[in-house]
Amino acid sequence: MKELQGKIKQLFDDKKVDLVIGWEKGSLPMSSSPLFINNPEDINKLIFDETCQNNLAVYLTKDKRRLSKDNKKIGIVVKGCDARSLVLYCVEQQVKRENIVIVGVPCNGVIDKKKVLEKTDNREVLEYRCDGNKVFVKGRDFELSINKIEVLSDSCLSCTYPDAPEFDEFIGTPRSEDKTKDEFKNVNDFEKLSLDKRWATINKEYSKCVRCYACRNVCPSCYCNTCFVDQNDPQWIGKSPEITDTIIFHLIRNLHVAGRCVECGACARACPEGIDLLLLNKKITKEIRERFDYTAGIDINEKPAMAAYCENEKQDFIMG
Amino acid sequence: MAGTGRLEYPTSIMALRVLCSSRIDPVFLLKAYLKGADGVLIGGCHPGDCHYETGNYYTRRRFMILKTIFDSLGLKSERFRLSWISASEGVKFAKVANEFTETINNIGPNDTKNNMFL
Repeated sequence: MKELQGKIKQLFDDKKVDLVIGWEKGSLPMSSSPLFINNPEDINKLIFDETCQNNLAVYLTKDKRRLSKDNKKIGIVVKGCDARSLVLYCVEQQVKRENIVIVGVPCNGVIDKKKVLEKTDNREVLEYRCDGNKVFVKGRDFELSINKIEVLSDSCLSCTYPDAPEFDEFIGTPRSEDKTKDEFKNVNDFEKLSLDKRWATINKEYSKCVRCYACRNVCPSCYCNTCFVDQNDPQWIGKSPEITDTIIFHLIRNLHVAGRCVECGACARACPEGIDLLLLNKKITKEIRERFDYTAGIDINEKPAMAAYCENEKQDFIMG
Repeated sequence: MAGTGRLEYPTSIMALRVLCSSRIDPVFLLKAYLKGADGVLIGGCHPGDCHYETGNYYTRRRFMILKTIFDSLGLKSERFRLSWISASEGVKFAKVANEFTETINNIGPNDTKNNMFL
């Protein structure tokens, strides 16, 4: 933590940045809030731990401020997945690479609040502490010690890029790709189900959706000025949380982020109903990796899969 | 060309003109399906023949993803078909249209027509 604060201070001293985006301690236990440092005095508020689950890259493109448009030098503290979003922004020309200073931090996964609440039977957590591999939570009439791995976010359990693939400064030594994890375990399990079962699973999951659009709002890859669900001429989908429209919304969102999803899992963590939103995204990622050998947000010079083509690629799905 | 060549193709087809096959957003297909279309056929120029040089290559990738999603959801992806038929290939258009109609007839009507989901 001290090292991170020192590095940010140094960036301000060297006049390399006008603004730094990081995390500060949140007002509730187990939470963190985004911190915008305009003034070096605020640096000591900066933290990084397993509660820092927001993907801060979104503030560059979709926040009302649209920070990327001012040509300011912005420093941004990132985990592996956030850095991949930034690479994606550079590739898609939303952000100029020279305008951002990427400060990578070593990430060991973030916790999912919903999983902790499941452990405590939805009783309110008043105190939270993390020590190595253990998480301690305390409430009014209970005290629990949980293995950290049990409350880690799903996306972190299958994360293969824990550290930033592209950075200017790094706290510690960056690790490269982690190949030991089975990234597509859930997808493979899902594919083994029969047709009807698959449809039933999807129907059951998505019927919980209340269409709050939280998943869209936190998604770093969803930054259209007007989302297709907000358009009313032509109106693509109805406004009510009806299963038909809901599934269309999720399918189209999957298609829009196809080959651009960095699997930060922000959508699944933001979902108030706990829908497994990553499943279909992972399925597409897997397909794209197999067919086009492309992984989003790794190489700053490579075009996204859906904006590139290869003349002689397989077209077995086309009938004549 | 199918019309001027006096070729027959099924009357159940409603043709919609777009300027390039890459103009077709997956949302068009889903919307058509939801509104009760039994199938959607996309005709595009052959790879390498695109007036805009690269349009149909993008379509090809997009269509692949759409099909993948449909398959993995357990829906019938045969209701969507992409074929390379250029503007001058009237004979091929009539052939594909007949074939596709037959496929759809075999699958049966879109049971989700005016129903809840897809």
